[in-house]
Amino acid sequence: MKRAVLLLAVLGASQAALAAGSAEKGKTAYAQHGCWQCHGFAGQGGITGPKLAPDPMPLEALLAFVRNTRGAMPPYQKAILSDADLADIHAYLQSLPKARDYKSIPLLNP
Amino acid sequence: MARKDPGPQVDRRKFLTGVAAAGAATAAATMSTPVARAAEPAPAPRVPSALRPTLQVAAAETETPRETTNRIGGRPGSDFMVDVVKTLGIKYLPANCASSYRGIHESLINYGGNKMPEFLTCMHEESAVGMAHGYFKIAGKPLMTLCHGTVGLQHATMAIYNAWCDRVPVIVVGGNDMDAATRPPGVPTFHAAQDINALVRDFTKWDDTPVSLAHFAQSFVRAYKIAMTPPCGPVMISLDAGLQQEVIRNHGDKLAIPRYVPTAPPQGDSGAVKEAARLLAEAQNPVIVADRAARTPNGIKLLVQLAETLQARVIDQGSRVNFPKTHYLSAPPTAVSGADVILGLELSDFWATVNSYTDNGENGGIGANGTRIKPGTKLISISSVELNTKSNYQDFQRFQVIDVPMAGDAEATLPALIEAVKAAIPGSKKGAIEQRGQAAKKAHAEAEARTKQAAALAWDASPISTARLCAETYAAVKDLDWSIVSQSGNVSNWLNRLWPLSEHHHWIGRSGGYGVGYGAPASVGAALANRDAGRFSVNIQADGDLMYAPGVLWTAAKHKIPQLAVMHNNRGYHQEVMHVQRLSNFRNRPANYGPDMGPVGTRIENPDIEYHKLAESMGWWAKGPIKDPAQLGSALKEAVKVVQAGQPALLNVWTQPR
Ligand code: HEC
Ligand SMILES: Cc1ncc(C[n+]2csc(CCOP(=O)(O)OP(=O)(O)O)c2C)c(N)n1
Ligand SMILES: [Mg+2]
Repeated sequence: MKRAVLLLAVLGASQAALAAGSAEKGKTAYAQHGCWQCHGFAGQGGITGPKLAPDPMPLEALLAFVRNTRGAMPPYQKAILSDADLADIHAYLQSLPKARDYKSIPLLNP
Repeated sequence: MARKDPGPQVDRRKFLTGVAAAGAATAAATMSTPVARAAEPAPAPRVPSALRPTLQVAAAETETPRETTNRIGGRPGSDFMVDVVKTLGIKYLPANCASSYRGIHESLINYGGNKMPEFLTCMHEESAVGMAHGYFKIAGKPLMTLCHGTVGLQHATMAIYNAWCDRVPVIVVGGNDMDAATRPPGVPTFHAAQDINALVRDFTKWDDTPVSLAHFAQSFVRAYKIAMTPPCGPVMISLDAGLQQEVIRNHGDKLAIPRYVPTAPPQGDSGAVKEAARLLAEAQNPVIVADRAARTPNGIKLLVQLAETLQARVIDQGSRVNFPKTHYLSAPPTAVSGADVILGLELSDFWATVNSYTDNGENGGIGANGTRIKPGTKLISISSVELNTKSNYQDFQRFQVIDVPMAGDAEATLPALIEAVKAAIPGSKKGAIEQRGQAAKKAHAEAEARTKQAAALAWDASPISTARLCAETYAAVKDLDWSIVSQSGNVSNWLNRLWPLSEHHHWIGRSGGYGVGYGAPASVGAALANRDAGRFSVNIQADGDLMYAPGVLWTAAKHKIPQLAVMHNNRGYHQEVMHVQRLSNFRNRPANYGPDMGPVGTRIENPDIEYHKLAESMGWWAKGPIKDPAQLGSALKEAVKVVQAGQPALLNVWTQPR
């Protein structure tokens, strides 16, 4: 219940930033805010965090998650990461190419 | 060292008194004209010289038996120590040289012929112990090391702690000049202590300070035996410098060396084995978890037999290769969630096997705990470590209540458990067990496809993805008799996920105590054992790990220990990058990166370390930095050829963080 209220509050506050995503700026923000540390430079994920791309979750969900998560990821509050930066990060994640089918990669089919 | 009986024969002190008297008269002349000594009448006490006689000079001077004509007036005690060491078949002795053990050092190389053991020149005591650690994990045999009992042992401690946590035998011998009245003043006295073993007593299985040669023989054989009895572990002997250097006084009795007879490992109690078998046989979904269960290759065979009998999935926590990754019953850690009976074999942390901990800053900053299993799940444990616990270091982990706990060695207990399980399976269960196997086959195939799809992500990224790093490396060595000699490489487990690990020597497992700096020396030690077995060693080498004591690269080149080192150069102490980021977030403060890519104090960049040049300067073939994944395959091919020709080779590869 508490979580749902919080989520709504966050969604309301971030509407303004939603349209402004720039993939190029997002690439920089993704590096500057340390997302790469646990998710990889290409959002590929690994043992330290799940994959974020390709096909990232919708921006609203991403905003809600990053601000409020109580799981294994440390949340980022607005004081350290703005809605605009997150929208750019989302645009960057969206811009990343689709993964190749592993069946088309000989090294993954030894 | 206070030796109680000075002995009936030529006493070092009397002998030295004679030397001093003669020396006083002629000191000036002999100091400047050592050659004149050859004209002196033998066998009077020798006049001290600034120069030590070479072997040739000594031999030319000597018509009479060596015992009475050498400077010390007999056979040195350290020769006998070498006799003792040689009874145990210890092949190598990685060590950094130090005067507190110069007596045995000289005996090893001159009297002992530098064979069994062969001295390997190390540049750090931590490297020496790390090498012994890695060697054991491939060869199954312990090595000994020598060190200055104070400063050298202080260097060695972290590696000894890792061996302790990883239940690996290493025989550590520290030189220590104990007799305060006779030891040289200055440095040798700084380098002496009352009880050097105290430094490592909390994380060694046993230690001793022999005060006579007969005592040394017993101590050394006992140390070997204790180290090798499961649960295995490091042992420590303080070796008095005086005892090494003084002559052998045997009082007419021949000094005895006890014969080494291995102690049979302890088995779980037969009643408890029966109870465990009943629970497993009747379970709906039994799951086996193994960490250090397979001490030997036979342990894998036994575990396969047990798993197949029950069609139970096996989670290999990976301190050893316990179970073939290629087997359809091989399962991920999450498989505990559906279990009604869990059998833990030599787990270092049963609590964390069945519980979760989330580092989310909640509960006042300490994080959140949760269960990962269903209520009522029965837990069985077989662990030899229950027979050897100590208080200070917390490697015993959090307390976990177990329904059927057994103090015993898992591998030694498995034959009895397998028989008991076979006897306990009710005829009515056979169909259900078979169905379990079918479900496991399906789950295994699906997991494999998911793993490969995950590996395809960022396939063409630069820096190179850790999945691609591991896949490319596998492709380069897959037709060879390979062995992975890195701990994990910190590469998102891709080695375990993509390589068909199935034999005991396929991977050396983790460090035990997570003392970083273990990876590089352990890889060299394991590669040494692989070299002798004709195998090809592959090391995924983390950057931070290498830089604790990179001199081990030189040791590998010096002693012709080949390995293919593929660097996972993420240009940072990445684990700590994430930790400081996490805490910054919890505290709502932007992490201060300074001029770098991550929090101040955690990155290894500006300047970048040129690992290829570092390796090359120490006698390795090396190439890099490689940032483009398209260039990795051909570089690997070149490097493999070099390694096959007997030289260690390193590729400095810039990688994704994990
Ligand atoms: C210290 C490690 C760490 C950092 C830094 C980090 N994450 Fe995460 N992230 C995680 C982990 C771990 C999870 C999985 C959490 C869970 O399942 O509860 C996660 C999950 C996510 C998810 C949800 C993914 C999904 O499919 O469920 C998103 C979105 C996300 N992170 C975005 C980001 C962004 C954007 C940044 C940078 C601003 C970032 N993360 C920084 C560790 C991290
Ligand atoms: C002796 C020691 N010092 C410090 C640490 C803390 N520590 C844990 S992981 C780590 C980073 C190691 O860096 P690297 O080997 O490059 O691996 P990465 O985390 O970058 O994958 C450090 C410093 C430790 N475990 N042991
Ligand atoms: Mg690193």
